[in-house]
Amino acid sequence: MSVYQRNMSLTGEPPKALSRSEKVASAIGMIGLFILVLAFFNVNLPWKGAWLTASLVLICGGVIAFAKAQYGNKQAGIKNDGVWFKDLSSRGFYGWVLAIFLTSFYIVLYFYAELLGQGANGASNTGLIGLFDPLSYLLKGKPASQWFVYGTLYTVAILSFGIKFIWKYRHNSYEVIRTGSVMFFQTAFAFFIPEIMAGLNATKDLPYYDLKNVWPLNYYLFDQWNIDQLLANGSLGLTMLLFGIASIFVITPILTYKYGKRWYCSWVCGCGGLAETAGDAFRQLSDKSTRAWKIERWLIHTVLVFAVISTVGVIHSYLGNDGKYWLTATSFLISVAVFLTVLFALIWIFKRDELQQDAKYGAIGFLVIILAFIAIHFMAGTESLFFFKHYAVRSTYGFLIGSIFSGVIGTGFYPILGSRAWCRFGCPMAAILGMQQRLFSKFRITTNGGQCISCGNCSTYCEMGIDVRAYAQKGENIIRSSCVGCGICSAVCPRGVLKLENGPLEGRINSKAVLLGQDPDLMELLSGKK
Amino acid sequence: MEHIVIIGNGIAGVTVARHIRKLSDKRITIISAESEFFFSRTALMYVYMGHMKFEHTQPYENDFWSKNRIELVHDYVHTVETTAKKVHLNSGRDIIYDKLVLATGSISNKFGWPGQDLEGVQGLVSKQDLEQLEITAPNNKICKRAVIIGGGLIGVELAEMMASRHIPVTFLIREKGFWSGVLPMPNAQLISRHVKSHHIDLREEEEMAEIIPDDSGKVKAIITKKGETIPCDFVGLCAGVRPRISFLENSGIELQRGILVDRHLETSVKDVYAIGDCAQQREPVGERKPIEAVWYTGRMMGEALAQTICGNPTQWNPGHWFNSAKFFDIEYQTYGWVWSNPKEGHAHFHWEHEDGVRAVTIEYDVATRKFIGINTFGIRMKHEVFDQWLTDQKTVDEVVASLKEACFNPEFFNRPFDLIKKEFQATQNATA
Repeated sequence: MSVYQRNMSLTGEPPKALSRSEKVASAIGMIGLFILVLAFFNVNLPWKGAWLTASLVLICGGVIAFAKAQYGNKQAGIKNDGVWFKDLSSRGFYGWVLAIFLTSFYIVLYFYAELLGQGANGASNTGLIGLFDPLSYLLKGKPASQWFVYGTLYTVAILSFGIKFIWKYRHNSYEVIRTGSVMFFQTAFAFFIPEIMAGLNATKDLPYYDLKNVWPLNYYLFDQWNIDQLLANGSLGLTMLLFGIASIFVITPILTYKYGKRWYCSWVCGCGGLAETAGDAFRQLSDKSTRAWKIERWLIHTVLVFAVISTVGVIHSYLGNDGKYWLTATSFLISVAVFLTVLFALIWIFKRDELQQDAKYGAIGFLVIILAFIAIHFMAGTESLFFFKHYAVRSTYGFLIGSIFSGVIGTGFYPILGSRAWCRFGCPMAAILGMQQRLFSKFRITTNGGQCISCGNCSTYCEMGIDVRAYAQKGENIIRSSCVGCGICSAVCPRGVLKLENGPLEGRINSKAVLLGQDPDLMELLSGKK
Repeated sequence: MEHIVIIGNGIAGVTVARHIRKLSDKRITIISAESEFFFSRTALMYVYMGHMKFEHTQPYENDFWSKNRIELVHDYVHTVETTAKKVHLNSGRDIIYDKLVLATGSISNKFGWPGQDLEGVQGLVSKQDLEQLEITAPNNKICKRAVIIGGGLIGVELAEMMASRHIPVTFLIREKGFWSGVLPMPNAQLISRHVKSHHIDLREEEEMAEIIPDDSGKVKAIITKKGETIPCDFVGLCAGVRPRISFLENSGIELQRGILVDRHLETSVKDVYAIGDCAQQREPVGERKPIEAVWYTGRMMGEALAQTICGNPTQWNPGHWFNSAKFFDIEYQTYGWVWSNPKEGHAHFHWEHEDGVRAVTIEYDVATRKFIGINTFGIRMKHEVFDQWLTDQKTVDEVVASLKEACFNPEFFNRPFDLIKKEFQATQNATA
């Protein structure tokens, strides 16, 4: 390897510079971004609506023109030429520059919104947020906020990079339809519907509610202010709350059983949507080592336990036993404890054989921790947990997980950790869906007999860091809780070995599989059936 | 403890080592001069194209070998002394074996072309070939044109690699259509058209006569048999491969084109075995060639030999033939036998989609209607299903009627099986 690299630097390099049309496209997008930068520095732009429109159109146009320059004159097929030569997509200098820029943006967005021009105490917005006021008034009759700016840019990113992704994978119907789906859900469910509903006169301060954003990803769903605002909106709010609860306990398990967690993670979810579109250029940067897999398993489930504890604490603290809400604090705690114990018992009884040793230890440990916290709640009353206020636990969660992990690290570090670092290591929703996918789902990726040549394209382009090849070259199905079903492993496979499927549960996990091609007697011998 | 020494860490050598470890506690040593760790040879092209880094082609993490007590020796074997059961390494070290497995793979064919050893002339088989390629043809400034000789699988890969770096390619093939010694002509022409559509200057029925050097001994041009001079900075020799066996010439092991082995993969010398590309069967199995330079064959020989070495004598007895490849954007799979010209008593059914990138060819026995084999282009098919159909000796009519069951295309892909059925019925009615 070292020899090879030295040779390359001696003799010149493969094409990795941008072509002229790619440069023009980049320039168009940059001009759009530059308008936002001007606004950020409080340059007072007249006709804000026009400038905002120009900016967003230029950004979209730049991305789409770039896609055309990259893929337009090439035949349909896999377009990974030079991925590891290009600085931006191989953790080079520009990759780091972009990572630092994105990370800084997230820090300002989450913690220093006033820098973006958020008007304090009723003052009107200035700067970047002020630039977005016209669009916000148009949609809901209210001034913009930092979240409105973020939501708009987020949607623009998914739409424009979504078009780029569709262009890139135009030969692959699965990718085209799936990308259409994430673009739709982001635009309609995360952007237009909640923004417009929030602006309706008939609603009283209806909170921004993205219906597809399921707890625990939406960790403030059960916060008192959110519940109170929903309930203040009568049957509409109540319906939304009930839908939120049904999403967790009914809709999610059914869909995950039928299709695997992909129905959410790579078809509906906004975080997944951004990763699959704007993050696509960085998917190959995920860490494939077994060490990373180990960290992933402990980290993501720890976040889930943290999410459960903080949510239970918050709900418990405001429920009380005075009958203000339909549910009392005591009955709530008991039902949570019973639910989790029954869930654990069922998994233990029916699925114990499918769990690895460390998964068993982890499951027992985590259950004990949660039950211990519930017991402490029981004894300590509603105000505090040891010496922590419940809302302090909850706001720590919001800060560490909601802001730092999912935003600053998860998205800011796309060019370093790959596009799915948050989904893989941190998302509590992904942890729940992953458990369902591993234990109760019809979804699997099947391998095609003995056709694998161990080339490694599948593993390289797996954004979740799954070593797909390790399974494919043994002829095993890939059944991993982290798999989001993006379908790229199957797309990049040069020998047609991988296929995403929903099928019968029987024989789904086939770790005794052998590769096809031998005399049947020897195959039986190899699989230990003889 | 018995010491198994394996020369070569390609797919054959590594598979036999892994399976011996599964079955036994024997001491295992793999010797390779090519690379420290096993990598997937078929993926070399993707390193040059920038799809992957070299380390991505390594299917196992580096500590896999020590964890499984497989010793790796990064050295070159210059001779094998079978009487003393010793291999001599370039470093001066000798290794004593109880059983020796030769899995040395292939080198590129050279047919005595004038100038074939010039600088800038090479094949693409080994990691070293790839490193050499980075020197000779890193980009289109240093390599203004490449000429590729030989219309096989490596040739088309090399053409795709060059095209990814915008190096103009002239591709000379002896046959009328690409790989038409193996593919039926309509398939071969489909691939020829597709290769040309990627701006490759593909010349059918054209061969190289000689390679012309410049003053520094580097390739400057080639001359074709038709007398045309094509200036170029690189010549890719892709006219097949042959076993890498020259170091065995005085070892007492019987050699022909390859290392001759019996059905237990044992050579003429006891306790010395040969598998993979370098092995030559004394009695070919079924319709297979005596030497098969195919990834899958190397792997399967490794699986079989591990049984024999671990006390369960197992003949090399592969199942139904299968193979796959990718020609630029067109994936190809084959199950059973489809010959370039139908065998005696056989016929071909061809179907090609109007999009020009999907096609199916089926060979069958005219009298018994027995299904013999299928080639598919741009359509993924299930290995398992075809393997079963071949075992069950299905008729061509049954196979065409149930092609849908064998489809392995991703979800939502358009499946052209009704079109295939319709055309099949039309051709059958026409001949009836």
